[in-house]
Amino acid sequence: MSGLRVLKPGPQSLLQDGGRYGWQHLGVSPAGPLDLHAAAWANYLLDNPWGTPLLEVALGYLELESELDTWLALTGAQVAATLDGAPLPRWSRFPLRAGQRLKLGFARSGQRAYLAVAGGFRAPSLLGSVSTQLREGLGGGDGLGRPLRAGDLLPCQPASLARAASVPWPYQPDYRAPGQLRVIGGGDAAGFAADQVQAFFERSWQLSPQSDRMGARLLGEPLVAPTQQWSQGVGRGAIQVPPDGQPIILQADHQTMGGYPILGWLHPLDQARLAQCPAHHELRFSPVDLGEAQAELREFYRFFGR
Amino acid sequence: MMRFEPAGAEALLLVLAEQPDAQLPLRIALLAERIRAELGPLLRDLVPSWTSLLLHYDLTRTDHRQLVERLSPLLPRWLAEPLPAKGGRLHEIPIWYAGADLAEVARLCRLSVEQVIELHSSTEYRVGAIGFAPGFAYLGDLHERLALPRRSTPRTRVPAGSLAIVERQTAVYPQASPGGWHLLGLCPRRLFDVQREPPCPLVLGDRVRFVAVDEQTFRAEGGPL
Repeated sequence: MSGLRVLKPGPQSLLQDGGRYGWQHLGVSPAGPLDLHAAAWANYLLDNPWGTPLLEVALGYLELESELDTWLALTGAQVAATLDGAPLPRWSRFPLRAGQRLKLGFARSGQRAYLAVAGGFRAPSLLGSVSTQLREGLGGGDGLGRPLRAGDLLPCQPASLARAASVPWPYQPDYRAPGQLRVIGGGDAAGFAADQVQAFFERSWQLSPQSDRMGARLLGEPLVAPTQQWSQGVGRGAIQVPPDGQPIILQADHQTMGGYPILGWLHPLDQARLAQCPAHHELRFSPVDLGEAQAELREFYRFFGR
Repeated sequence: MMRFEPAGAEALLLVLAEQPDAQLPLRIALLAERIRAELGPLLRDLVPSWTSLLLHYDLTRTDHRQLVERLSPLLPRWLAEPLPAKGGRLHEIPIWYAGADLAEVARLCRLSVEQVIELHSSTEYRVGAIGFAPGFAYLGDLHERLALPRRSTPRTRVPAGSLAIVERQTAVYPQASPGGWHLLGLCPRRLFDVQREPPCPLVLGDRVRFVAVDEQTFRAEGGPL
């Protein structure tokens, strides 16, 4: 099968789909795109179903050469993208002909760009998913959980679409102003002293450069957490407070069980905003009602056909 | 007291007890099986643990209130079901007791290396939870004479197949990973393999016994991984 040849892989470009669900009882992390919003738009622009395999390109710097005629869509972080040197519009789909070179520059706002291809990239499905999980060595082009490397071929099929299309600008987020990130209460919040929960919302936090796809680490004046619990299942968005008082927000590559007390959960759509924040960015949080968060998330899933 | 708690926008935590006990893993395993059979299509994942079950549900098909309404009338019956008398399946796992920390563990526990091996391999363990990494099964209870806190500095890389202990628990690392447990030996068998069905031979509530083997047998059985 032909496809797109990787000339330069960028610092970390990963194949992701809707996630490896159904195996958390065996300790397998779901993985999937960090920014569900931008990933969903990239597939939507190409009429791909939800969760079609695409690339998550951290920080940009990706260079590909096509072996066939197809269509791509690029969303997420603002990277200077060119096709054979000609600039490409943001949050749009565009045709790519055999022999043409796509080049992504440095991400000027946002951290992760999403590159989808009509019909999706082909890769061996492991436990029902092609999502790359670096820690577990699962998924990706060769199934071994590796990021893209120079020389890799990304298999895909030829495609032709009638015309270009873009995401309407009100739906293109400004990643430089993520606003307050909304938190659903619950978990062990009742076990925290009331002033500690209040302090979490009143203080401003900095995103630590130690953050990765497993967890976003926050730096700030430490919180006082209740004592550790028996390990229990944990999910994406959980805000854990370890003994050092610096919260960790679990992201796509989260472990399946954890023992740190949980202060609440980041709104799933605000996890997408967090995924685009650079290290040292200042973050603030505000409470949101569970029902309100769920209604908004249901609407999001309905629109994108999940 | 049993209770339901929302765990974010797409999960429900069912807490069965405040403290784990010897029977709880079997009880939770049985309950997980019943819930999966009853609600399977509404759930994306179901994670049993020491004292709880986390249901990752599909928000496009259900929500917290609906799940609580469905589960509440069924739980008393499921919780009253008798547990299998002998417990789960018994697995005999060969171990070459030649781990990097064996001598150190013996010294810290004031035992001989032979006594450490004897104490560790004469106990029948129970799978209490699976997590941390794919196929990583927490086994309890380790003999109290072998209970040690975590190493002060975790290793950045523990080899695949390492048998390790900490506190009152023991486990085999299925893949190479960082780890802070004490290494007693090596297992020649893969305990997680995506090409196999099921990928992990152990399930919650299963029983495990470690059988001491020599280096030759360890290599004949496929070690090192």
